[in-house]
Amino acid sequence: MTPDELLDAYEEMALIRRTEKAAHDLFMAGFVKGTTHLAAGHEAVAVGASAALRPDDYVFATYRGHHHAMARGATPEECLAELMSKATGLCQAKGGSMHLTKASTGMLGSYAIVGAHLPMAAGAAWSAKLRGSGQVAVAFFGDGATNIGAFHEALNLAAVWRLPALFVCENNLYMEYTPIADVTAVPNPAADRAGGYNIPGEVIDGNDVTVVHEAVARAAERARKGDGPTLIEAQTYRHFGHSRSDPAKYRPAEEVERWLKHDPLDVARARLEAAGVPPETIAERDRRVAQVVEAAVAAAKNAPEPDRELAFTDVWADGSATWRT
Amino acid sequence: MAPITMAQALNTALRDALHDDDRVVVFGEDVGALGGVFRVTDGLTDKFGDERCFDTPLAEAGIVGFAVGMAMGGFRPVVEMQFDAFAYPAFEQIVSHVAKLRNRTRGRLSLPLVIRIPYAGGIGGVEHHCDSSEAYYAHTPGLKVVTPATVADAYSLLREAIEDPDPVVFLEPKKLYWSKSDVDTPLRTEPFGRAVVRRAGRDATVVAYGPAVPVALAAAEAAAGEGWDLEVVDLRTIVPFDDETVTASVRRTGRCVVIQEAPGFAGVGAEVAARVQERCFHSLHAPVLRVSGFDVPYPPPMLEHHHLPGVDRVLDALDRLQRDDEPDPRFLALGGAA
Repeated sequence: MTPDELLDAYEEMALIRRTEKAAHDLFMAGFVKGTTHLAAGHEAVAVGASAALRPDDYVFATYRGHHHAMARGATPEECLAELMSKATGLCQAKGGSMHLTKASTGMLGSYAIVGAHLPMAAGAAWSAKLRGSGQVAVAFFGDGATNIGAFHEALNLAAVWRLPALFVCENNLYMEYTPIADVTAVPNPAADRAGGYNIPGEVIDGNDVTVVHEAVARAAERARKGDGPTLIEAQTYRHFGHSRSDPAKYRPAEEVERWLKHDPLDVARARLEAAGVPPETIAERDRRVAQVVEAAVAAAKNAPEPDRELAFTDVWADGSATWRT
Repeated sequence: MAPITMAQALNTALRDALHDDDRVVVFGEDVGALGGVFRVTDGLTDKFGDERCFDTPLAEAGIVGFAVGMAMGGFRPVVEMQFDAFAYPAFEQIVSHVAKLRNRTRGRLSLPLVIRIPYAGGIGGVEHHCDSSEAYYAHTPGLKVVTPATVADAYSLLREAIEDPDPVVFLEPKKLYWSKSDVDTPLRTEPFGRAVVRRAGRDATVVAYGPAVPVALAAAEAAAGEGWDLEVVDLRTIVPFDDETVTASVRRTGRCVVIQEAPGFAGVGAEVAARVQERCFHSLHAPVLRVSGFDVPYPPPMLEHHHLPGVDRVLDALDRLQRDDEPDPRFLALGGAA
């Protein structure tokens, strides 16, 4: 990444971080309905990958997917309004925190059934291959997905048909509350499975946006050349608990401390400074981010709630919820 | 015109759809070189190539999830689940994503895909190969649930399913695959959401779908000899459901029996009975009765003829339509829902 690209990536990560912090505060204040799974700490995976992709590539994410929606063009206001079940939300309140989707930019959904979207990404990759579009499909998923059938079915399908697909695991060490290491036979839950499907697998530092960018760029190039899928395991860490107000007390203090010292924003800032970007330039981006998120929170809070009729829309292709079309 | 089987009609429907629309793709377990275990996809790979009709691994969740991604990418996938119960590993995909993605995204993602499932009994296949799984799908908003009973409908309904912008679970009655009829394709029968009166009658309405329709017609013939003039309504599409045709029929006849192969409890027959009594209460001269499979796992081959609703059980139900409202002890002893 050039210093300018890195600066933009830093700003995008800072925007995600601040939006996630706002989501947390809004949740604790009772403004967010249901549940929410924050991706603070995972920013480098989404931003580094997105920067390496084409605008028309397909992205599939999980219920911890706010960062991917934003990296693929969703605004903080759209996301926060969606979390707050407002009519102005990204999916006009029908998706909620766990299903952020922006189909117009190829962000084809966030899925709350673990592993469900991996075969979908393989299918989308197949469509790109048959159309000869040169697009790739990327499925982001957590470490917990590596033990579910759909993960293995999708890897096999993508490998056997050499599809332009990327499988990017965000390994944050915990499935939900249980360490992935406690229930998995191999030390690297994703990458160690690549051999079983005869595809490349690598473990990378998921908190260094430049490392993610390089790995995804390599894998995407390989996929576009017709050489098939790649499995990337990006090691990262949640700054919040699994969901809601989970304080994540099950994580050892020294582990938390070690990872917080390896914050993706700090890593990027250090790289920017090393590249000679003045601290004032970085601070300016920080100020801009703060303004955007502050305005987004206010707008989302003031946004109207959906009409009751919303529940009776879009069940069928004619836009209705009736049994007839 | 030579008669063709339902399997051949389905094959022709797929063939014509593949020919007419480049976006149509057919895939599943053994559908390519073999042509499907029931030969419904016979010859399609030879004719259209292995990009349009191809074999997959045995991985139903992967197959349906793959179809979802293909549909998002602009194609119209038609997948085959080899048998009814083989679709259950894909149930999560079907119920959580296929049915709901449109709603979740305010219509920005549309999934025009067809999941073909050979279903129901009569082939001695035991439980994983003879399940009647229609109620699971019909219960889920966002899925159209279609099941042909005639050779002509098999062709027409499958063509319509492939053209439909919504996902369709297409249930093919296995024991009717070899039923024959003189059918000149291409043809179009009534559209989705239209039930059809297969036999007009005055005394009672028999509502049936899929494999139960020939049973209803045979029962009507037998009942005619006993002085009963039965009307037989073939639902054709369980979702969308045609209240108008069913209601109009029962208002004329004043009596209604529903037949289904699936176990009775919480089945489609229960839904039909509820809808009929809600709409026809003042026209009914007797309670709506169900003739169904018993509430047991699908029985072994030598016992399946007891389990499947047959002409005798339909006639027994008719006997009770005008006498009293006591449950039939013969059914209760067998654990039936009647």
